[in-house]
Amino acid sequence: MGMTITEKILAKHAGRERVEPGELISAKVDAVLGNDITAPLAITEFEKIGVERVFDPERVYLVPDHFVPNKDIKSAEQAKLMREFARKQELVHYFEVGRMGIEHCLLPEQGLVVPGDVIIGADSHTCTYGALGAFATGVGSTDLAAAMALGETWFKVPETIKFVYEGELPKWVSGKDLILYTIGDIGVEGARYMAMEFTGPVIEKLSMDGRFTMCNMAIEAGAKNGIVPPDEITAEYVRERAKRPYHFEYSDEDAQYARTITYDASWIEPQVSFPHSPDNTRPVTRATHVQVDQVVIGSCTNGRIEDLRVAARILNKRKVHPNVRMIVFPGTQEIYLQAMSEGLFRIFIEAGGAVSTPTCGPCLGGHMGILAKGERAVATTNRNFIGRMGHPESEVYLASPAVAAASAITGRITHPEEVI
Amino acid sequence: MQLQGKAWKFGDNIDTDQIIPARYLNTSDPAELAKHCMEDADVGFAAAVNDGDLIVGGSNFGCGSSREHAPISIKSAGVSCVIAASFARIFYRNAFNIGLPILECAEAVAGITQGDAVAVDAGTGMIKNLTTGKDYQAKPIPPFMQEVIAAGGLIEHVKRKLG
Repeated sequence: MGMTITEKILAKHAGRERVEPGELISAKVDAVLGNDITAPLAITEFEKIGVERVFDPERVYLVPDHFVPNKDIKSAEQAKLMREFARKQELVHYFEVGRMGIEHCLLPEQGLVVPGDVIIGADSHTCTYGALGAFATGVGSTDLAAAMALGETWFKVPETIKFVYEGELPKWVSGKDLILYTIGDIGVEGARYMAMEFTGPVIEKLSMDGRFTMCNMAIEAGAKNGIVPPDEITAEYVRERAKRPYHFEYSDEDAQYARTITYDASWIEPQVSFPHSPDNTRPVTRATHVQVDQVVIGSCTNGRIEDLRVAARILNKRKVHPNVRMIVFPGTQEIYLQAMSEGLFRIFIEAGGAVSTPTCGPCLGGHMGILAKGERAVATTNRNFIGRMGHPESEVYLASPAVAAASAITGRITHPEEVI
Repeated sequence: MQLQGKAWKFGDNIDTDQIIPARYLNTSDPAELAKHCMEDADVGFAAAVNDGDLIVGGSNFGCGSSREHAPISIKSAGVSCVIAASFARIFYRNAFNIGLPILECAEAVAGITQGDAVAVDAGTGMIKNLTTGKDYQAKPIPPFMQEVIAAGGLIEHVKRKLG
């Protein structure tokens, strides 16, 4: 009997011929990561273990991105603790403000996560790297601490749900819409503890940026990991970037899946997730009555160059509605420079929007765009839980960069066709 | 381990943003996190909860962010155990890793109402609703998790492994 790509990667890292879903295995990790919220706890726990050094200073990635540039004294203390640990341990990949990015945009871009890897990160959106054909999953700080000491961790081998996207993507429909549609279909625990394998002709044509967006939100269906079979698009992306050798794994023809779900993407409209759950999705045409106060474009879900390009295309020579605050967050400094050189920032600023340095700030209600009581935002982020972007009585509607940009112009949730 | 207290009922899909909102994540001090435990699900919870009380959640408890601050805030608020119909996977790992007892039992969740007195044997997974007199058996805890609990959390387990 064959294995899925997820099972093959885990078997290889466990030093085994094969693994079965449900088995508990110990596996080597290629790298681990933490951020300024999760790493301080992990560092405290690591120091209790009593080992002097991390397992490999080239494979522990620390990225201050959540509350940086430091939003207050307490967060400055947390960032400092992390910085001092990175220096003491001589970590090669610690990314300071000015050289950093949102971790899940930054690490693939820097070639620090590659196809075939096993990666754990103390951040739930670590599953983003599955877009490269890697196994990547989020853990808590104590698991990160243990893996920083051991270079390995334990996993329960997940069952896999195979998703097949047939047909052609309609205009204005993106990877974000596909994943919102999927979560809307299977629910926020529809893939709990499982792997989501994204396949089919639509995925084969989807850009890396679109694939990152889809894998990023696998966690919002409760999944352990999202994964896309690597191909020429993957190869093109990693060729110039990879800092380590990589290898492509593929699911066998006779691999066992818990379920196979097929969608005809030709009929999928741009999607909007209503408060307060990512699975509360509706087609955008059934959301156009919702007025908004703020539009957020960016994050680890949609802060990549392709996302900024589509938003700029819609906002070009148009104005942000007088009642709307639009804030754009490029994912990394490299994306920032690229967007700047393409003139995208001129478009956003002339439209009346603000452009920020990379940060997770508003997505999790940290800083840089907090909502007051009763306010509503359309955001290209990943969660619309109660209080996610600020006041517990504020609301977040999740959508693609195209829908977010169109909504910024009209002041209510809008299909891009309406403004173009 | 015998645990006993009053039940605090919550619904399905209680996410970690409700358990500990990100506006309080600029610290990892357990006492500070305890003050805001469950704040966006029940704003009065942290002030009213007593040592030993239990949280009884629905399905997919602890979904969302990987923040370990969530189980830490629950534990340091004095909650002795979380019973839920099911747990999100990162929260599940985190709870064991930090030594917060959690039990999966949909029948108990259905049979416990807000304010019931509940006793739990965390070792056997036996849940007693002292108010109604009904008993429930939680799903068994996987053997590896039992090792982690027996060691006193993941860090102690790793220390033993490294000898």
